[in-house]
Amino acid sequence: MRTQPPALPRFYWTCVRERKCCAVTILTQVLNGLQLGSIYALVALGYTMVYGIILLLNFAHGDIIMVGAYISWIVMSQLGLNPVLAIVLSIVGCAGLGVLIDKVAYQPLREAPRMSLLITAIGVSYFLENGAQLVFGADAKVVPEYFDLPSMSVGGVSLSANAIITIVVTAISTIVLTILVQKTKLGKAMRAVSEDMGAARLMGINVNNTISFTFAVGSVLAGIGAVLYSMAYSQATPTMGIMLGTKAFVAAVLGGIGSIPGAVIGGLLVGFAEVFVSAIGLSVWQDAVVFLLLIIVLVVRPTGILGRPMTEKV
Amino acid sequence: MTASKATTAQAGTPAASGYRSLSMPMRYLINAILVVVFLVVGELMIDGGVVSRYQTGVIEQIGIYIILAVSLNIATGYLGQLPLGHAGFMSVGGYSCAIFIMRMMDVVGVTARDFVTGSPAAVGLFVIGIIFGGVCAAICGLIIGVPALRLKGDYLAIITLGFAEIIRVVMQNIDGVLGFTLTGGAKGLTGIPSYTNFLNTFIVVAISLFLIHTMMKSRHGRAILSIRDNEIAAESCGVNTTYYKTLAFVASAFFAGVAGGLYAGCIGVMAPAKFGFMKSIEILVMVVLGGMGSMLGSVISATVLTILPEALRAVSDYRMVVYAVVLILVMIFRPEGLLGDYDFSMSRVIERIMNHGKRPEDFAPATTPAVEAVATAVASGAPSATTEKDTGKEASTHE
Repeated sequence: MRTQPPALPRFYWTCVRERKCCAVTILTQVLNGLQLGSIYALVALGYTMVYGIILLLNFAHGDIIMVGAYISWIVMSQLGLNPVLAIVLSIVGCAGLGVLIDKVAYQPLREAPRMSLLITAIGVSYFLENGAQLVFGADAKVVPEYFDLPSMSVGGVSLSANAIITIVVTAISTIVLTILVQKTKLGKAMRAVSEDMGAARLMGINVNNTISFTFAVGSVLAGIGAVLYSMAYSQATPTMGIMLGTKAFVAAVLGGIGSIPGAVIGGLLVGFAEVFVSAIGLSVWQDAVVFLLLIIVLVVRPTGILGRPMTEKV
Repeated sequence: MTASKATTAQAGTPAASGYRSLSMPMRYLINAILVVVFLVVGELMIDGGVVSRYQTGVIEQIGIYIILAVSLNIATGYLGQLPLGHAGFMSVGGYSCAIFIMRMMDVVGVTARDFVTGSPAAVGLFVIGIIFGGVCAAICGLIIGVPALRLKGDYLAIITLGFAEIIRVVMQNIDGVLGFTLTGGAKGLTGIPSYTNFLNTFIVVAISLFLIHTMMKSRHGRAILSIRDNEIAAESCGVNTTYYKTLAFVASAFFAGVAGGLYAGCIGVMAPAKFGFMKSIEILVMVVLGGMGSMLGSVISATVLTILPEALRAVSDYRMVVYAVVLILVMIFRPEGLLGDYDFSMSRVIERIMNHGKRPEDFAPATTPAVEAVATAVASGAPSATTEKDTGKEASTHE
């Protein structure tokens, strides 16, 4: 059912096959880990935002990324339009989809038990996957390169422009997000709603709009993630969101869900773990290793690395 | 639960209440007869050729999904957790049962043909194999349950999902580590003898449902329900929550393993890719649609959702989308599932007929002395809350 992400860039495999354990290989692997980790971190940030505000594990988040990748494919490959337009439309489309999902599926369940909300999220995810399969077919669609970028070579280490863009974009997104949450009025509203929805409502905060805004922010991150993912792997499949989403959620939980730096740390950790496991020639086990990492961290620290300990109210 | 307690209390004093009820052995007898009648009718229809081979296969799958849905219901409906790794337990059970039976066939001297004719050795091997599959799944349930149950809600969901993924990856790659063929890797385990037939599927389903039902009606079952309703309250009332959560989780895994064992014999091929996240969700959809905490709901929705795709082969592309929409709509408009926690009881129906359509509560008030006392208490203006408590106390002393 689940498709493995396609192989990492070619130079990476030659390094592994030839077992060159030199500084160059290590640096290349570090760069690979950073690139993969950055994508996970971006997606994990989306999970963390939504979880932080309505305590919902948004299963549909990974599938929003899938939709974003398909939008890029349609705009560039089918309509033959400008890549910049493809990027903008992917991000806007994801944001719109996120808000739509919130309004249609989650909003009627604000007061419902958590379990119902979670199952609805699973339903939405299921719907998007199977809907995409129905519309686009099960086979992979090739997303063309956005830009024709050269890869640089610094001291024998080949630096692909994609990797650098991915890392820089993630860093900027994280900083912007932190400022948004900590310094702006909307961010203040978001924090208030996440702390106590009822009290926030009494203080005159429009709770529903704040939550929708959070979904929009999370989905914009998903849209950026979709573009970066398409840059790295250049393909879109209906099921690509499941594994990406699940691993990003693992990353968010690892770092401590609800915490922005936690999501970044978790994302990088998962990215590095995967690249490392592949590099030592055990790539078939990489999914298992990621989940094992999650289980170990949760057993030792039930709220993740940077998570706040939960207190139970009677 | 209070209602059922009251019923038993009055069942103990039939003369006083005038309510005619069935004794416990009688209830078991009625249900046992019903099961045998169903079994005989089914066998006759298959032997007589009324039901085709293909339809028999579908009926076997219905049985398997009934066990899966009801077993997941233990963890979801009764314990109130959301495990997303049920397919993992199913695959462990399926693989271990199939491998066990295939390896033991030569040792015991049973051929694939014997499973069809039903020689004693083959039946014995089947029973041991199914139990072995269940036990292996239960051990996995214990291994994952102990750390997972320390967590709550979403964390538990994601950790069980992760564990099921690990199981899938292990099944896929274990051969390379062991150095010999055990699970057949990504291609899957082939050549499993078809040891599953209508008769043994039916019996296994009946036994599983009976065991799960009696477990949930017992003291242990009530402890599990109390954890669902309020974990802190249950703990403060002396329920060992860790123990009972693990018990429910392991029981759920055990029966999933049993179903997996049947599944392996029914399909004949085990492939790791079949037991991904989607399979877990499929089972969860059955439980949620039927009603969390309702065994009848699980049975009906497992039946309907197994028949529907077979009946709607022409539009199978839309099936999954419709599934998803139905799941969302049910959650929005009827979060407790179609049947809620209603459960059907044959003996209750028979009792209703015996009492000319009256319910036990129609009888009780006027006749028992306890209630008369309450009636006078009410007349003298005592607060109603205390009077209700008194009735309960008096009724249980009669028992």
